[in-house]
Amino acid sequence: MRTKRAIRVLLPAILFLGLVGAFRTDAQVRNPYAGDAKVAKLGESQFRSNCAFCHGLGARGGGRGPDLTRAQKRHGNSDEEIFHNVHDGIAGTAMPPATAGGIGVGMTDEEIWQVVTYIRSVEKKANAATGNAERGKQLFYSKAACGTCHMVNGKGGRLGPELTTTATSRSEEYFVDSLRNPSKRLAQGIQEAMKDFPQEYETANVTTADGTKYQGVVLNEDAFTVQILDTREVLHAWEKNSLKSYEKTRQSLMPAYDEKMLPEKDVQDLLAFLAATAGGAK
Amino acid sequence: MKIPTAILGLIALSFGTAANAQVTADRLLNAGKEPQNWLMYSGDYSGLRYSTLDQVNTDNAASLAPKWAYQTMAGGKFETTPLVTDGILYATGPDDRAFALDARSGRPIWQYQRTLPPDIRPCCGRVNRGVGILGDRVFLGTLDAHVIALDAKTGAVVWDATAADYSKGYSFTLAPLVIRNLVLVGVSGGEYGIRGFIDAYDVATGERKWRFNTIPAPGEPGSETWEGESWKTGGSPAWITGTFDPATNTTFWTTGNPAPSNRGAERAGDNLYSDSLLALDPDTGKLKWHFQFTQHDEHDYDATQVPVMIDEGDKHWIAQGNRNGFFYVIDRTSGKLLSATQYAKVTWSNSKDATGRPVGSKEGEPTLEGNPVCPGAFGATNWMSPSYDPQTKLFYVTAREQCDIFSTAPQVFDAGHAFYGSAYFPNDATQPYWGALRALDPATGKLVWEWKHGSPSWSGVLSTAGGIVFTGDAEGNFIALDAKSGKPLWHFQCGAGVFAGPMTYAVDGKQYVAVTAGSTLFAFGLR
Repeated sequence: MRTKRAIRVLLPAILFLGLVGAFRTDAQVRNPYAGDAKVAKLGESQFRSNCAFCHGLGARGGGRGPDLTRAQKRHGNSDEEIFHNVHDGIAGTAMPPATAGGIGVGMTDEEIWQVVTYIRSVEKKANAATGNAERGKQLFYSKAACGTCHMVNGKGGRLGPELTTTATSRSEEYFVDSLRNPSKRLAQGIQEAMKDFPQEYETANVTTADGTKYQGVVLNEDAFTVQILDTREVLHAWEKNSLKSYEKTRQSLMPAYDEKMLPEKDVQDLLAFLAATAGGAK
Repeated sequence: MKIPTAILGLIALSFGTAANAQVTADRLLNAGKEPQNWLMYSGDYSGLRYSTLDQVNTDNAASLAPKWAYQTMAGGKFETTPLVTDGILYATGPDDRAFALDARSGRPIWQYQRTLPPDIRPCCGRVNRGVGILGDRVFLGTLDAHVIALDAKTGAVVWDATAADYSKGYSFTLAPLVIRNLVLVGVSGGEYGIRGFIDAYDVATGERKWRFNTIPAPGEPGSETWEGESWKTGGSPAWITGTFDPATNTTFWTTGNPAPSNRGAERAGDNLYSDSLLALDPDTGKLKWHFQFTQHDEHDYDATQVPVMIDEGDKHWIAQGNRNGFFYVIDRTSGKLLSATQYAKVTWSNSKDATGRPVGSKEGEPTLEGNPVCPGAFGATNWMSPSYDPQTKLFYVTAREQCDIFSTAPQVFDAGHAFYGSAYFPNDATQPYWGALRALDPATGKLVWEWKHGSPSWSGVLSTAGGIVFTGDAEGNFIALDAKSGKPLWHFQCGAGVFAGPMTYAVDGKQYVAVTAGSTLFAFGLR
């Protein structure tokens, strides 16, 4: 009797609380403004003020931030995940929480939803992959020799940027441009967005006091010291004033792949390979 | 004036015995005469950020070493300049922390942290740049737009005055300036479309004695420089500590950008007194004269750089390395512009008016799709303190070589929300960012030497009678340079970028140089 009464009293309460809980969760995961063009416009204004510094105008990506017009996003594609990423930032990346100081001035939940709505409005449908991912993989590690300097899923070299998930953050045009003219972005000051300090893959030419010459990429540098990975993947750390010469250029160590070295079909296969690896990454 | 080390010891000793001697208004007036202490944000009222201490000098700087470190354990930028009086150091940290330390050991004496509401609007970091001091009180401007007095011996709150509504975007980040019986503060919040002001509070009671609105209301002189109702949301904050000339009883303050910062379309006119130098009567807050550096600014070129008072013979100047890329020298008696010389890359202006003041060009205006302009959004310099060394007669300024793309779009004002009128972002079309500490000759505006930074620095500058200029860089180095030549004498890797101005003091005859980096306050001395 006692138990029954308890059930009679408690059950509706539990059900009610459960409903409230469900509703609350629902309110957080669903964009209340999904598809609303007016709200997307407001979101654009927020985006310009708070996000464009890294993600570029039109969310097309900048020196630091990924291209957000890509349908497949590295840190989650759902409304909830995008909201969460803006609201709380992304640990281990340069993406700050919206509420902290620094770039931007912080956004309310409502404003974040506006931004989510805006991002949805500029997203491009993923192109149907025209390339052959399997052939792309072979190219990557053999004929095109990308794997000499770039790593994908733990396999490859270390001189250039790691590329496992990069297909989620850069547009196809960006890749093609980087292949055909790799020094262009170096000259502009491309930054490794995943690091606290700007690694730009500048090329270093060093002659030590005993006359030994090294070439490599600059991992980090300040006014007095430099940290380098040489072309044989050996790490060096030097006091600059101990060196006979130290020269840094924004001419990339990466060769410019022209149509002869890498026909359009091969490029498409490589892109398909990168898209496939990125798709499997979370 | 050089003070030999032996005498320095005696001075320190004599003040050391009176460790609890109160800081009087008279001591503040003569702050330069007690170099073992650092009694206000820029060291003294002139804003030179120069010390006559010379125990650490060009001959021995190489043997500088850390003497102690104090950690706030707080995230965010640590922008404070500590004050030191008679062996006690007072400073602030992120989220309105304040603390008193034994300046000899770094050991805390008291620590205060304000309970801040969750919805404050700190546009650009939850920062604070320091306290002011008088009697047995230190004064702090808070992120929720209060001015408070703390007991210098305990850190207890003595009075708490509300200046403005923080939820509308008002806050304080600067170190207050104490002049006689008044605490002067200027407000932050140009990113939120506030109406800026400079306030003076009674040191004893916290009662507000005057307010100078940095945007005139309709009917007041200057109001004709604002279109329609735009004056109500026109920004013009005053978020860096001013200076004070006792000879003419004038306090000099500088103001920030008109709001919205990147859109001038709905605020036609010069937008007085944004981006200006203001000469105020400290007793009444009455404006004596003004000089506007950037008219109708659309690039966020705050003029919030310390207005440095230079006296050479019968010349009495204000010198300012402005965020807009020009180095201005102004007659501080009349407010007349004497020279404006480019000290960093500039593209927003390509001409000067009849008075020699640089004026904006049509080509430099922000556009909907974006227009590359130099200096960039963070300016050719920013709030970091410059220094003037009367020995070398050089003005040292942290210069940032950074161009950005400025875009503009209409934005509806919503109180308490970001009000930029669009955005800025890195400029793909130009060289990567870099920076330099530049030594300029105010008499000619010419560059005498520069020390290159790998990336733009946010560090302030200190010069000393030891012939040294101290500065920091974004890569974490704290650096001593020869003030005459710019040659490096010493450096220390702090482990995080320097976001503050260095200062120096002495205890027991030993000179220290202090600076913050990351969440740590370092004090350096000779080995």
